[in-house]
Amino acid sequence: MRNFIIKLAVLFPVILICFAGCRRSAKTSLTIAGSTSVQPFAELLAERYMMEHPGVEINVQGGGSSAGIRAVQNRICDIGMSSRPLTPEEQNLQQWTIALDGIVLIVHKQNPVRNITLKQLQDVFSGKIRNWQELGGPDQKITVITREEGSGTRGCFEEIVMKDVHFAADALVQDCNGAVREIVASDPAAIGYISFGLVDERVQPLTVDGITPSESTITAHIYPLARKFLFLTNGEPSTLARSFLDFVLGPEGQKTLADEGLIKVAP
Amino acid sequence: MKEKFFEKILLLCALSAIAALFLIALFIFYEGLPLIFRIGPQNFIFSSTWAPTKGHFGILPMIVGSLEVTILALILGGTLGLACAMFLAEFAPRWSVRILKPLIELLAGIPSVVYGFIGVLVLVPLIRRTLGGPGFSVLAAGIILGIMILPTVIAISLDALNAVPLSYKEGSLAVGATRWQTLYRLTLPAAKSGIIASLILAMGRAVGETMAVIMVAGNALIIPKSPLEPVRTLTSNIALEMGYASGTHQEALFATGVVLFIIVALLNTFALFALRRKV
Repeated sequence: MRNFIIKLAVLFPVILICFAGCRRSAKTSLTIAGSTSVQPFAELLAERYMMEHPGVEINVQGGGSSAGIRAVQNRICDIGMSSRPLTPEEQNLQQWTIALDGIVLIVHKQNPVRNITLKQLQDVFSGKIRNWQELGGPDQKITVITREEGSGTRGCFEEIVMKDVHFAADALVQDCNGAVREIVASDPAAIGYISFGLVDERVQPLTVDGITPSESTITAHIYPLARKFLFLTNGEPSTLARSFLDFVLGPEGQKTLADEGLIKVAP
Repeated sequence: MKEKFFEKILLLCALSAIAALFLIALFIFYEGLPLIFRIGPQNFIFSSTWAPTKGHFGILPMIVGSLEVTILALILGGTLGLACAMFLAEFAPRWSVRILKPLIELLAGIPSVVYGFIGVLVLVPLIRRTLGGPGFSVLAAGIILGIMILPTVIAISLDALNAVPLSYKEGSLAVGATRWQTLYRLTLPAAKSGIIASLILAMGRAVGETMAVIMVAGNALIIPKSPLEPVRTLTSNIALEMGYASGTHQEALFATGVVLFIIVALLNTFALFALRRKV
């Protein structure tokens, strides 16, 4: 018995070291970096791709759109991710639109307000407008719901609507689209924003500047809160990057993205 | 010989628990302290703007929020739990204790996400309709946490009350005191250390609870002036933002963890001192 325990005690670290040493060394690897909005989708795509192609390792990192663009320009990563359009100086990169997304403003079913302007949106979310009356609704304090710091949807909303204005400090913060939708569905005074694919009949979507968020207005870039999710490469992509891009733009990748609530760019 | 050997093995196991605590503390401090010193501890703790992606790291609202929610939970859960333990120890018939105690302990087995879910679906709309405000509030979080700490308070207090020697009570009753007088003049003071221990453990659970609080507290970045305003606790802050955090943002979350660690350590130390002095 005693011998057994001693043997075990000696063997245990040895086994541990063995396991550490046996980590599969990938022959081929791909690094993707950039937008935190695209990151979760890219991670999902990478996971699916790696499942089909054993031996390939894809690293997906965040850092933001601008960091991703800089990284791919300096060839630090193979593919950059961006959720904002490229500036004229950045046009030397090759870009692939992998999906489209719209951010939809939602309110409670009973709320009579149906339209909101971009300026009003900024005022509501910064706390300048605090009552529904100012938007043509009932005399009721607005419950503003935003997303947590670092969220891509919040980042995009900030970029298009808030610009340099801060969110109101007393705005409720929820950590996923589902929670925002749940609150709006139950609170007559609430307003929140969620990804296009997650709007359902329990909440009332608002038109922004008179434009209805729909697949066609988002695809045509008429809806102001629409954005493209871009993959970027510096020059021609490598064989592996090419294969991954084909997978993402192919039926399976596009279906994965559509299932997550984005709008497909290819059938 | 064999005796010694097993003694050593047990010592090793005991030490490994302390080693785990030590390593966790070391890691949190290693990751979090650099940021705190870079921006200055007073800026970190006493500033109230939190926008880590824009370079503002102030966690005062969350410290205040954590304390408010915890105190409210202790007031609600502590009084209710203590009353329940007193009833079960002194007044309830024996057979009912045998049924009630396991039922109360069952409360501890309900996952916190379920408490949060009930809070969102029942408690929050109720507060919104009857008291006003968004419903997501200090009050909602305090009530949910108050219920969550009940089993801790009741079980440990009850054990403490039951551990008071029967001869004490017999003596008190013999000189003509009523059952209630005996309970609050004799049994309660005699069981004090156990009751305080139950409140300390309950406080630990209330400070550390995350999931249910995220769901019902609203997580706004303000210092709540009324119990009906939304609040963000230190634990919620970490859990909410860790998904996307990288670089300084991640360091800031570890720094939040450092503050949380220090607060919990301080609370426990105070409680221990209070315990030692008065007993």
